[in-house]
Amino acid sequence: MTETEILTALTQVFRDVFDDDAILLTEETTAEDVDGWDSQAHILLIVSVEERFGIKFRTAELESLHNVGHFVQLINAKLERR
Amino acid sequence: MEQLLWLPSHADLGVAIGAAKQETDPARRLALAAMLAGYRRDVTLTARLDRLATEGLGDWTTGETLSPQGFTPLRVALLSSHTVDHLVPAIRVAGLHRRLALSVYVAPYGMYRQVLLIDDPQLAAFAPQVVVLALDARDAPLQLSLDASAAEVAAAVEAKVEELRLLWRRARERFAAQVVQQTLAPVDPPLFGSFEALVPAAPYTVTERLNSAIRAAAREDGVLLMDLAWQAAQGSYGSGLGDPVRWHQGKQLVSPNLAPLYGDQLARVLAASVGLSRKCLVLDLDNTLWGGVIGDDGIDGIKLGQGSPTGEAFLAFQRYAALLAQRGIILAVCSKNDLAVAQAAFNHPEMALKRSDIAAFEANWEDKAGNLRRIATTLDIGLDSLVFVDDNPAERDIVRRELPEVAVPELPEDVADYPARVAAAGYFETVSFTADDATRGRNYVLNAERKAAQSQATDMEGYLRGLAMILSATPVGPAELPRATQLINKTNQFNLTTRRYSEAEVQRLASDPRAVALALRLRDKFGDNGLISVVLARPDPNLAPDELLIDTWLMSCRVLGRQVEEAVLGVLVTSAAEVGCRALVGEYRPTPRNSMVAEHYPRLGFSHRQAPEGAEPDASFWHYDLMSSNSAKHFIEVAGP
Repeated sequence: MTETEILTALTQVFRDVFDDDAILLTEETTAEDVDGWDSQAHILLIVSVEERFGIKFRTAELESLHNVGHFVQLINAKLERR
Repeated sequence: MEQLLWLPSHADLGVAIGAAKQETDPARRLALAAMLAGYRRDVTLTARLDRLATEGLGDWTTGETLSPQGFTPLRVALLSSHTVDHLVPAIRVAGLHRRLALSVYVAPYGMYRQVLLIDDPQLAAFAPQVVVLALDARDAPLQLSLDASAAEVAAAVEAKVEELRLLWRRARERFAAQVVQQTLAPVDPPLFGSFEALVPAAPYTVTERLNSAIRAAAREDGVLLMDLAWQAAQGSYGSGLGDPVRWHQGKQLVSPNLAPLYGDQLARVLAASVGLSRKCLVLDLDNTLWGGVIGDDGIDGIKLGQGSPTGEAFLAFQRYAALLAQRGIILAVCSKNDLAVAQAAFNHPEMALKRSDIAAFEANWEDKAGNLRRIATTLDIGLDSLVFVDDNPAERDIVRRELPEVAVPELPEDVADYPARVAAAGYFETVSFTADDATRGRNYVLNAERKAAQSQATDMEGYLRGLAMILSATPVGPAELPRATQLINKTNQFNLTTRRYSEAEVQRLASDPRAVALALRLRDKFGDNGLISVVLARPDPNLAPDELLIDTWLMSCRVLGRQVEEAVLGVLVTSAAEVGCRALVGEYRPTPRNSMVAEHYPRLGFSHRQAPEGAEPDASFWHYDLMSSNSAKHFIEVAGP
């Protein structure tokens, strides 16, 4: 999966979780930019991403997931390691 | 992890939810959400369904406005020792699937004692009807050293359970709420391995002891369980219970992924508490109860019983159905077959189910939806009381489309997995188990025989006399309380007011010296029908002091048409006179299900009267003077109270 493909798949996960088909993600998107991205939604986002990509984030990695770019990099790294 | 496997898959649930969002009428949206909640769904789709249902409906989720039609409203307070906010949408959606409109109040996490003990104003304003104590094994560990003796552990466990009982009492006394206690799922790794349980103060041992003490206390106190510890032992949640990452990240005991499963398991307990559980298991025959086709293979050719793994598997499913019948679930058959051939199959020597276990038997070549309707009519129960098990996916699909009220579980490929699948769906969740339940299935079978006798008897009077009925009336006391409450919460058709009460509320009413609370049982020459009717009559501030309002009058439909109402009125008149009352006031509150009793009071000689102040607009009221009214005629011998 290329980073662009990951970003596209990630956008769909965001749209499902936040129930908003208008969401457009860039690498710079943060919680500030998405309506409803609070701490509770963040955990739901993480488990949804884990299910979508078949990966599991480590506890320490969770603390670095603050913008979409970090999500993409980490997903990419985990997919490549497989 | 796959979950809710008994629900059918939707071709594209996400798209369907998107389409439903276009619907502008909030009531229509809610109905669509409830319908779509019947499909297999993950946490994200479940959360979207919750938004679909609640958006635009104003404040029904906070209980401030009337709840939508066709749904039973219920206010549930969730008091927890871990984070539960992420589970609330799934609890509400699972409620919708069971026709419950749940308002959920979540107390601040970790504050479950405080909100009950200090009379938290927010909780008081919410006035919960159900209080769920969602606790976990990591909460408030007992102060025990690892080498504590068995006696020290026992004392600490007892003290902890006493503390819980105090909270239960508070919830009951303060709100007359039904309490649901979650057991403590053992989620921490063992310290001693297999030796663990031999160390009295090892964490796992302590949790196990706590759970068994909680279960015993709940039984004594009329508290219901959300038995998460048992679910954990079954492996229902896989690694989704007690995932350390989720715990460290957000103090979540249940992972968000498994919220739909948790929501369903809690909602089924809530639904059972207001009488919304299913009552009847309808079984297909060929390739469901035995392998092969009885019409083609003959009684010697079908696969059933010992000797082959397949035959054993079908036998095991029959045994499971027979056990369900023993706990009071009615059994019925709905099969495309020749009636005589199908019935003869029950003579197979290995059959665990007997023909006499089946209360309604529909075997013919007509469509199954029509046959299921007939089964509901024969048994006097609603279509929403039926669960239909059929190995044929096409038949399942048709029945789901024609009769959405009937629950039709998706079944695994292998019949060996049928019992576990039917059990996992939780259709028959209950809030009590009494001696009457154990004989109920038998009662329905006897009733079919009574109906046959009725069609043979040439005159009604002769038939009724021949039944040799004896009605015994007792005040609702501790012995009758569980079964009476059960009947109050599940009777829909012969129910004048459809008021639902918890055991605590019934007890409170029954202990009023000016009130009359009657539990009525009926025996006849065919056997004991058990508790068949409950009447609650009480003084009302909006009536004269010597009038009693008949708050609740309900009866099991299986004794309809036998003049039991007339006999019950006689008992009520006697009891009312004893508490110094001069007149009865009957109330009828129409619902979509109780039109059969619309004429109940005038039929018994009550006359119409004006509604007292504060009455519901569509309720009608009826007057009966104890002195001047003539008692109605019946053929029932009355014993007690």
